[in-house]
Amino acid sequence: MEGEGAATERQRRATASQVDQWAVQDHVFKIYGAFASIPRSAQSVILELQRDKHVEYLTRGLQQLGPSFVVLDANRPWLCYWILHSIALLGESVDDELEDNAIDFLSRCQMPHLATTYAAVNSLVTLGGNKALSSINRWMHDAGEIDVRACYTAISVASILNILDDELAKGVGNYILSCQTYEGGIAGEPGSEAHGGYTFCGLAAMILINQANRLDLASLIDWVAFRQGVECGFQGRTNKLVDGCYSFWQGGVFALLQRLPAFGGEGFGTSDVEVEWVSDSTSEGDDEDRDSSDDNEALHPEQDQEGHQSSSHSPESSTAVHIQHSRHNQLEPLFHTMALQQYIVLCSQEQEGGFRDKPGKARDYYHTCYCLSGLSVCQYSRSKNENSPPLPTSVLGPYSNLLEPIHPLYNVVSRQYHDAQDFFSKY
Amino acid sequence: MNWEEDEEKLLPSQRPEWSDVSPLPQDDGPNPVVPIAYKPEFAETMDYFRAVYRADERSPRALQLTHQAILLNPGNYTVWHFRRLILETLSKDLQQELDYVSKIAEKNSKNYQIWHHRRWLAEKLGPDAAGRELKFTEKILSGDAKNYHAWSHRQWVLQSLGGWDDELEYCHQLLEEDIFNNSAWNQRYFIITKSPLLGGLQAMRESEVKYTVAAILANPENESPWRYLRGLYKDDPKSWIHDPQVSTLCLKVLTSSGTNHVFALSTVLDLLSHGLQPSRELREAVDTLNPNSSSTKDSLGNTICSVLEHADAMRVNYWRWRKSQLIV
Repeated sequence: MEGEGAATERQRRATASQVDQWAVQDHVFKIYGAFASIPRSAQSVILELQRDKHVEYLTRGLQQLGPSFVVLDANRPWLCYWILHSIALLGESVDDELEDNAIDFLSRCQMPHLATTYAAVNSLVTLGGNKALSSINRWMHDAGEIDVRACYTAISVASILNILDDELAKGVGNYILSCQTYEGGIAGEPGSEAHGGYTFCGLAAMILINQANRLDLASLIDWVAFRQGVECGFQGRTNKLVDGCYSFWQGGVFALLQRLPAFGGEGFGTSDVEVEWVSDSTSEGDDEDRDSSDDNEALHPEQDQEGHQSSSHSPESSTAVHIQHSRHNQLEPLFHTMALQQYIVLCSQEQEGGFRDKPGKARDYYHTCYCLSGLSVCQYSRSKNENSPPLPTSVLGPYSNLLEPIHPLYNVVSRQYHDAQDFFSKY
Repeated sequence: MNWEEDEEKLLPSQRPEWSDVSPLPQDDGPNPVVPIAYKPEFAETMDYFRAVYRADERSPRALQLTHQAILLNPGNYTVWHFRRLILETLSKDLQQELDYVSKIAEKNSKNYQIWHHRRWLAEKLGPDAAGRELKFTEKILSGDAKNYHAWSHRQWVLQSLGGWDDELEYCHQLLEEDIFNNSAWNQRYFIITKSPLLGGLQAMRESEVKYTVAAILANPENESPWRYLRGLYKDDPKSWIHDPQVSTLCLKVLTSSGTNHVFALSTVLDLLSHGLQPSRELREAVDTLNPNSSSTKDSLGNTICSVLEHADAMRVNYWRWRKSQLIV
């Protein structure tokens, strides 16, 4: 064991990880501090989702992209999905002409790559309607890049098109299992580091093939719970920086877990029977009566003199959480949904439209898609099912910030998912 | 590859050797969405690429064309795929191709296609390529110590081509530079479990626990070694709860003031759930941290969850759920 002198010496010499982390923390805490210091009326304005600006930014992307997008040239179906899904989350639709153009483009697209197939299929499901859904041709899948994303995209597509079978599922369960690491999260390949994106893909794929219980769910939950940091958003890996897109990749893991029967959820039956939830123990008496203005209290952890996060603080966050003590405690999300919404709205949202990774980074369609998806997950995290609208206390900012609910397995808006299911069940 | 050729930057339509080829324009339909405003240079290069691709022409000029296309957009997997077909058909020198990829990778270290291409090349070259690939990933990691692709590639090289000799030492160096580098901790786990030169997890456990405990004591707020420590006892909870070093470590951290206690508390909770019989000192240390003295009759697990609900408030819901899961 090294002597005390060497230990304190190392502590004084900050590592690259620490330097990077403190820089982001400083920036984020400045934003939260500034927010906390302005009058409540001004706070309400800043917490608003800039719907019009977002839709404008998104629609422009659908219509025309600048030459710098050439790096995404092979991934235009992805651009399509990110944009269309974001628009759908905002409860908007594209005009008929753009819609026809999108369907036409997607059906012409050469898609030898599995991931782009997923993006194209999800785009068409999002557009919905007979024309879009009929244009989906069924593809057989062969091996592409072998990693966890491939498993998820293949299975997701097969499932949503209603052609998932044992042949496809064979072997995938074993592979994904081998990708769960000693940390609890899931990696892209066996041996690699646990990572938010792959954890979502891995868990979703396992659920789709009904093998989720083979994973060590306890350690998975523990890992993902600890990915939410003092900045209030999620990081993708241990000791890495917060990033808005993980609002969905990590936050979505909780949405998936909540629906598992093992956690009191209603499951993911393909024949989505509407469960009539009788209002039992979740409304009267058990709810804590709180001033709804507490929800907008900025979560502002204390910092010690060196500007580092103090471990012994007790931020207002504990009072801002709406605790619903249901009989089975099944509806209480296991992460801090209000904190995450705070990060998304105050740090990722751009007032001019679009969302970004973190303050200081530029907005893009990928982050717009996953920040909005993550926001939706937060808002519906206490809803029993898709049909019961969230309580205002689940939504940070004005209730008009409410987005459409998603189906967490596919990340398409629920309504469109059900329409597609109905359509393909006829085949 | 003749790098001087690039200086000329003559487009195919301006070159006599391409006069026999009719370029194939992109067919997105009449009114495509997400249309990219391609620069003329890009559009023309890709039009000619489509032509040779459609004709499956695997010639030197086609190879050169893939190079041009890659420069303009290294993310196009179809171009890389076709390039591989040409390399095979023409039996090109793959070491030279590695030179080529290394140059392209300089500015594109997070590009999947480039790493995939590298893996394909290394696989074809075999064990002789191991040294070079380890050196290459080391170079990338020196600029970005957590690059996911680099680590993935490095692991693949070790398992497929060998070169384990210096890997543990390399890992140690990285941890000396940055004890918070979770990728390096992950690599360490990979080495001690998979290296044919070491005895496997159980054989390595003793020395690894010592190493990890030292790292934790230096920075108790560092999550990486805590998870690594837990990982050392994967699938062997009995050894986990019976190793005195583990509970001693937790006690030490819990009784230090001004220290982050979250991971120590979480570890004790984990140990309890696997059957640890806590010592009196451990109980007292936890009770000291509990602001609510009326709950001294609670189980230790209950007390820990209560403490964490305040000490780790971001995860208040998680700790409440953990409490509900406790078998009292």
